[in-house]
Amino acid sequence: MERIPILKMGEFLLVTVQVDMHDRLATTLQDDLTERIVKARAKGVLIDISSLEVIDSFIGRMLGNIAAMSRILDAQTVVVGMRPAVAITLVELGLSLPGVRTALNVERGMDLLRAALAGAPGAPADNGLDGRRQD
Amino acid sequence: MDAARTAIHDVLTKHEASVLSEWVALQLAAPTTRADLMSESDLREESRRFLALLRQSAAAGVPDLQSAAWAPVREFLTALSTSRARLGFSPSETAAFVFSLKQPLFTVLRHGQGTDGKALADVFWTVSTLLDGLGLYTTEVHQKGREDVILRQQQDMLELSTPVVTLWEGVLALPLIGTLDSARTQVVMESLLEKIVETGASIAIIDITGVPTVDTLVAQHLLKTVAAARLMGADCIISGIRPQIAQTIVHLGVELTDVVTKATLADALTIALARTGFTIQRGTPRA
Repeated sequence: MERIPILKMGEFLLVTVQVDMHDRLATTLQDDLTERIVKARAKGVLIDISSLEVIDSFIGRMLGNIAAMSRILDAQTVVVGMRPAVAITLVELGLSLPGVRTALNVERGMDLLRAALAGAPGAPADNGLDGRRQD
Repeated sequence: MDAARTAIHDVLTKHEASVLSEWVALQLAAPTTRADLMSESDLREESRRFLALLRQSAAAGVPDLQSAAWAPVREFLTALSTSRARLGFSPSETAAFVFSLKQPLFTVLRHGQGTDGKALADVFWTVSTLLDGLGLYTTEVHQKGREDVILRQQQDMLELSTPVVTLWEGVLALPLIGTLDSARTQVVMESLLEKIVETGASIAIIDITGVPTVDTLVAQHLLKTVAAARLMGADCIISGIRPQIAQTIVHLGVELTDVVTKATLADALTIALARTGFTIQRGTPRA
């Protein structure tokens, strides 16, 4: 079965979505990722969606769910590389992903995760402007 | 009716030269001629080409102007109408080109058909319908050309009115001028997000000094833009909120609590620089 690979980089997990997300793939990713967070004792998850051209409301909600689940498992989630067209569509759909942190690219996302871990471990400051840029 | 159609073809084959010269003379004499806008030789050339195309298409015999046989005539008229619209011809002046062909054509047809009144009426009817159709077609194209111009200008205005400026390394500014409707919000959002990708900016300042009124709809559009920028990993600061606008926002009950707001662009830039780690220092002024 088709799976989205989850790479471990130190205490972070890196998920790069390279194929079109369909619903089953998204649910599989959710299962795999939660398991992997627990097993690897990851402190942060980086989801790179720069190659996704289409995100529907289901996938949008899944991203929010994954972020919420990771938070419960004590890992910060950052979604990076969203395309302009995708961002506009999500906002028009009314899904502004309030609980999800975002960054322009993987590098920025990594900085954000490191900053968040260095700042206050276990105290996620989501959605706030101040929480996302503490430098 | 077939007889009538072949009659057109015959007339145009046999008497093309005389019809042409009479037609051109008529057009030049008519008050709708714009000698100031196009030369006589151009007019003669256009008339000659039109007659030739008309003859070819009439040979096919199908009076349906939308059919493939009439495609060359339609193309020619489209080009003619567009070029005349650009030269400044009015729609009726453009259509007169086709309608003025009736008189010379009828003259020749009357001579050719002899005394058979019924046949002559048939031929006149067919020719008349045909030329009416072609004339209306030129007007339609003319109109469409004008509409395209208006549409393009609207588009230009949209793009002109939404510049995204790089204020500092990693800081973008979006000075909005005029009312925000949904079409404009779309353009604003697109250009802002494209610029974020292009420059890798982490902060965008939306300055609404030039927005005359902020109602719930405009506020909603602003918040949408902020949300979209956030999804791309950029923070937004809204600046340039005038006292009256602040009052309206509160009276309307619009929630702007999730967004950082500043009174002036200068304040917004200061906080943006602080966030990106820059410090500004006053030195000795140099002349």
